[in-house]
Amino acid sequence: MAKYILRRIAFLPLVILGVTCFLFFLTQRLPVEARASLYIQDPRQMGSMEEVIKKYNLDKPFIVQYGHWLKNILSGDLGYSESANMPVAKAIKDYFPATLQLALAAIILVVFFGVLFGVLSAVYRDKFWDNFLRIVSLTGFSLPIFVLGLLLLMIFYGKLGWFPPGEYGFSSDLIIHSPTFKSYTGLLLIDSLLNSQFKVFLDVLRHLILPAFTLCFGSFALMVRVMRSSMLEELNKDYIRAARARGISEKRVLFKHAALNAILPIITLASIQFVRLLGGTVIVESVFDYPGIGRWGVACAQQLDIAGILGFSLMVAALFVVGNLAADILYSFVDPRIRLK
Amino acid sequence: MNAKKIFKQIVKNKNSLIGLIIVIGFLLIAIFAPVLAPVQNKNNPYQMPQASYQVNPTAPNAQNLLGTTENQYDIYYGIVWGTRMAFKVGLSVVFFALLIGIIIGGAAGFFGSWIDEILMRFTDIVFAVPSMVLAMVIAAMLGPDLKNMMIAITIVSWPSYARLIRGDVMSVKEREFVSATKALGASKRRIFLRHILPNAIYPVVIVASLDIGYIVLTAASLSFLGLGSQTGTADWGQLVALSRNWILGTHGNSFEYWYTLVMPGGALLLFVLAWNMLGDAFRDILDPRTH
Repeated sequence: MAKYILRRIAFLPLVILGVTCFLFFLTQRLPVEARASLYIQDPRQMGSMEEVIKKYNLDKPFIVQYGHWLKNILSGDLGYSESANMPVAKAIKDYFPATLQLALAAIILVVFFGVLFGVLSAVYRDKFWDNFLRIVSLTGFSLPIFVLGLLLLMIFYGKLGWFPPGEYGFSSDLIIHSPTFKSYTGLLLIDSLLNSQFKVFLDVLRHLILPAFTLCFGSFALMVRVMRSSMLEELNKDYIRAARARGISEKRVLFKHAALNAILPIITLASIQFVRLLGGTVIVESVFDYPGIGRWGVACAQQLDIAGILGFSLMVAALFVVGNLAADILYSFVDPRIRLK
Repeated sequence: MNAKKIFKQIVKNKNSLIGLIIVIGFLLIAIFAPVLAPVQNKNNPYQMPQASYQVNPTAPNAQNLLGTTENQYDIYYGIVWGTRMAFKVGLSVVFFALLIGIIIGGAAGFFGSWIDEILMRFTDIVFAVPSMVLAMVIAAMLGPDLKNMMIAITIVSWPSYARLIRGDVMSVKEREFVSATKALGASKRRIFLRHILPNAIYPVVIVASLDIGYIVLTAASLSFLGLGSQTGTADWGQLVALSRNWILGTHGNSFEYWYTLVMPGGALLLFVLAWNMLGDAFRDILDPRTH
């Protein structure tokens, strides 16, 4: 077990190295001027183009440039993002909490609906609810999230005016950026409560509901499917029959006995899904104009902000790899029958 | 299991039958696109015609069956030719991703040892980034156009096929008939191409072709983000993107421009849903545990 984890951890830098090497290789097609942004912290410090090219070895072979860039990365210097108008490292730090908040909200919804619907369709196996939920989750699987997002905006923002896009409204903006508002976690939902600004809390929640729901709808289908089959497996076991024979109410048998045991695979699936959601916020954030890391990534891609693109993909890759490893380790802890090799 | 038996199972299941019918319907639309929506621009049939030079969309009418979207692009024409575009993107990405996957996965499974190790670590690297994000980044760096978008999706799609074919090749390699051919003195190339590959290729081809729905969805997402085809190309993702400015409608009538979003969005949903329904059934048929 320890050996497996060590091997996986040793492999991490290699993966990151591979990803960056590949992406860096792709940047070589681009003009020198665009690539210079990888090394510059502040546009004002930039001298003439010749100086920059010379200083950062932009005319040298690929491997020299890559080595130079890696050295910069390791010292924490990720270059300057033109689309965010700030250094890449600062952009990541600024945008990440919003994405984390969105992904957390979405994963809570995913687990809640996934477990609830999974139990429902297992209990009503092959009856109306099971078939209905199967169609709902198949649709969720197939519905393009940008279409769903725009549709929800059309109804709940355009028609009803309930849930506006963005992260918070204008009046909250003034409070959040006032000197008395302290940032504890970076997650506005929690910070607003800690600052006892309940109006801000409600406002942030109002802005969070649509994107979180959209993100959830795209990925709860898998959860329903896993929960359903896990629940069916549990319901067939002897201890359930024994519980029923003892005259325990059906509700108690389902929720206190079967569901609690069936939920085991959900825990690990949820951690994998969570990491996936962090990467999947790209489209949702740009549809809802939600100022997270995904919207920034899209802006970088659209404006060919190379420093931003590389920083963004480095960040996502690191998150993804570490997150998946964590999920694997969690898996073997939760279920000791699984031995990682 | 032979093709006839699989077909029988597909028809027997209600969901997969509906999926199959819808897919065939889309295929017919794609084939007969020039009849359904006569080509306006002979040099580029995928170019959507514009009803006028106004910006505002117009509601469905006799001239524009499904209305027009931003810049007066005809939605009906866009959906019909967008169907052909969807098949074009889906089929070519699946073809090239399969080709790369089979070569790399086949080599890894057949040769084993260090070749396997290197090739599989290579696929791990592609797996290390969420495919949508990686496709987006690659498409951006190659420059936004249709061909580059397809290259980007191919690059992120092949590793899963490589893994699949590798496993199949490794298991077929150990079978007796392979040892028999080896004993008969067949060359390595012959063993691989004539004996192992034909026996290992079948599941991965099915899996890959059922991915068409997912690939079209990814392509539409990239187009939606402005990293796909040029403006005015008949492409569902782009049609949805064109509706973005109009979802709020006008004062007093929030749903005035509903058709700009619902028409192309509906086509995309139906297409992906149909493939997923088919895929669901196939997974049950091919999974021995469900028998």
